[in-house]
Amino acid sequence: MKIGLFIPCYVDQFYPKVGIATYQLLQKLGCDVHFPMGQTCCGQPMANSGYAHLTKGCDANFIANFSGFDYIVCPSGSCVLHVKDHLHDEKQEEKAAAIRNTVYELTEFITDVLKIDHIDGRFPYKVGMHVSCHGQRGLKLSQMSELNAPFFSKPEQLLHSIKDLDLISLTRKDECCGFGGTFCVTEEAVSVKMGQDRIKDHESHDVDYITGGDMSCLMHLDGILKRQKSRIKTIHIAEILNSLEN
Amino acid sequence: MSSEKTIPHSEAAAKFNKDVERVNWHDETLWFVRAKRDKSAHQIEDWELLRETASQIKFNVLSNIHDYLVEFEANAQRNGIIVHWAADAKEHNEIVHSIMAKHDVKQMVKSKSMLTEECHLNDYLAEKGIEVIDSDLGEYIVQLRKEPPSHIVLPAIHLKKEDVSETFHEHLGTEKGNFNPQYLTESARQSLRNTFLTRKVALTGVNFAVAETGEFVVCTNEGNADMGAHLADVHIACMGFEKLIPKREHLGVFLRLLARSATGQPITTFSSHFKKPRDGKEMHIVIVDNGRSTQLGREDFRNSLKCIRCGACMNTCPVYRRSGGHSYHNAVAGPIGSILAPNLDMSKNADLPFASTLCGSCTNVCPVKIDIHDQLYKWRQVLVKEGHTPKAKTIAMKTMATVLANPTVFNIAGKSGRFVMKNIPGMVNNKMNKWYDQREMPDVPEESFREWYKKNSRESKAKRDEQ
Ligand code: SF4
Repeated sequence: MKIGLFIPCYVDQFYPKVGIATYQLLQKLGCDVHFPMGQTCCGQPMANSGYAHLTKGCDANFIANFSGFDYIVCPSGSCVLHVKDHLHDEKQEEKAAAIRNTVYELTEFITDVLKIDHIDGRFPYKVGMHVSCHGQRGLKLSQMSELNAPFFSKPEQLLHSIKDLDLISLTRKDECCGFGGTFCVTEEAVSVKMGQDRIKDHESHDVDYITGGDMSCLMHLDGILKRQKSRIKTIHIAEILNSLEN
Repeated sequence: MSSEKTIPHSEAAAKFNKDVERVNWHDETLWFVRAKRDKSAHQIEDWELLRETASQIKFNVLSNIHDYLVEFEANAQRNGIIVHWAADAKEHNEIVHSIMAKHDVKQMVKSKSMLTEECHLNDYLAEKGIEVIDSDLGEYIVQLRKEPPSHIVLPAIHLKKEDVSETFHEHLGTEKGNFNPQYLTESARQSLRNTFLTRKVALTGVNFAVAETGEFVVCTNEGNADMGAHLADVHIACMGFEKLIPKREHLGVFLRLLARSATGQPITTFSSHFKKPRDGKEMHIVIVDNGRSTQLGREDFRNSLKCIRCGACMNTCPVYRRSGGHSYHNAVAGPIGSILAPNLDMSKNADLPFASTLCGSCTNVCPVKIDIHDQLYKWRQVLVKEGHTPKAKTIAMKTMATVLANPTVFNIAGKSGRFVMKNIPGMVNNKMNKWYDQREMPDVPEESFREWYKKNSRESKAKRDEQ
């Protein structure tokens, strides 16, 4: 099974450790992982700002890099959702469709394709899980509180298998953190307030770490935590799942 | 009113956020309503089926709107209701005024109508020397304060009881500093009672108009619409044309959804059916377009006309809860307002579809399954294409698109970006950088992932071993 590793642009530049954890984790799980060197960005920042018509270059580049893999795996629900919903190319629509159908967020790839629900890891801390809206409501990685339906969560299922990890349950289970792409600067006041409130919920449960499947949400929360000189740290779920201590 | 200068959502919201205690209170109060909604909605096993049914019924209505309107008009007329058609807000206001003029009445009591807010009826009638009293408690409070409602179901939700006490003290002469809600409500009731008893014309909104029977239903918790309408000689009901439903039997679906979605109640206290005028009295209905047929013609945005105005999308919206309704500078605030408003005036409301993180909670809470967050995304594309975005943003986006389409340029840009952040943090950690105001910038790593991968991946290690 040949896997194309899709590392979002800002993770590549600012959070290489998340890329490394994802790469190593997938290898541990027996995958043949390749990182196409020519990849850049999925185009989401432009599209969500109303400039979807400018993403043709990104789309073509994405297709050039990711065609021919059995699966494409990415440690970011938001970017995966964008590719799934919006990757198109008139000249090579078949290839685009193939990619849309084989691109997976990391935890759903592990639970749904690899069919693994137990990871050998150890993480002896109190952890709060911030579910990203795009992962949850977009990719349906977990059930949302709005719907009248039984609860499930692909990422939490994996976290539960990690040894000594104390996963707390938040008061507002799936409230948005306020990142929202360019929203975080164009609507700075509301964005920050939302982030602060999200952090308060974690604080009131006395967590050591806030984890999640989207580094963008975590980057925003981390920025606020650091400004507040909080002792709480953020960590991407790939880093926890890859944290086997011998 | 495109000539008026509006304050952009982000600016108004930033101002609202200056008072942290108030924002917290606003957020928590609305979250409480949302939680109540969850509890009562989740008690109905077939909730999701009910939503789907409602959505389909409304889809049918929108697809056959002409026939249903004709059917409704014929049946309403048969019942003795006088039916008027208004193409826009101006016509709507003129029609209402002409009815008042015909009866030579200078006072009106009003209840439950966001449509008249949309049409700015109060201002129009005031100019004509007609006094309007909004009789719902919340509306009454904001009217005294000369403010528009900030929420379609909870119009004064941006105010605390201290604010109300102050307002009533000023306008109704209540005791200063008496914050007791019981006392305040009672004072308003006493003052309104006189209004009900003396008004000859009552105006109400319409929640549902039934094509099959020519009747309409008004849902209230305070019963004020009934008091007004039952005591007046003339009852004027104003509705946007999308309020139609085909049959009476469909009411069961909508009434169950409406109250639960709005406040978590099983049903509104009063769901009053109005079918024909009492003997010797008059009943009018004004059916308003005001941009609705344009929206109906926009395929991507048509579904927004399914809205039954429950307000659930506002209560759940994390942005609305921390912005306050007035920041949306439109009669209908929040997520649904943000997809309705650009249809009314694109240049004035171009900021609203961007006042969202696209979290999608609105779409999933909506009882008629409007794809709200997808429409927000689509409006953004339309607004950019129509030229309603700041130039600087367009330039930035074009540059970004060029950089991101080219891996070599991207690598150079990434490297130099990290270099700048690491070595000249002042370049990014400054006042111009909105991220940095209340957040730290990310730490800059020594190398990017791809640089690490080049050295450490299995492929490159294997290659090195070969050499
Ligand atoms: S869009 Fe849906 S949730 Fe929002 S007010 Fe209308 S019906 Fe209610």
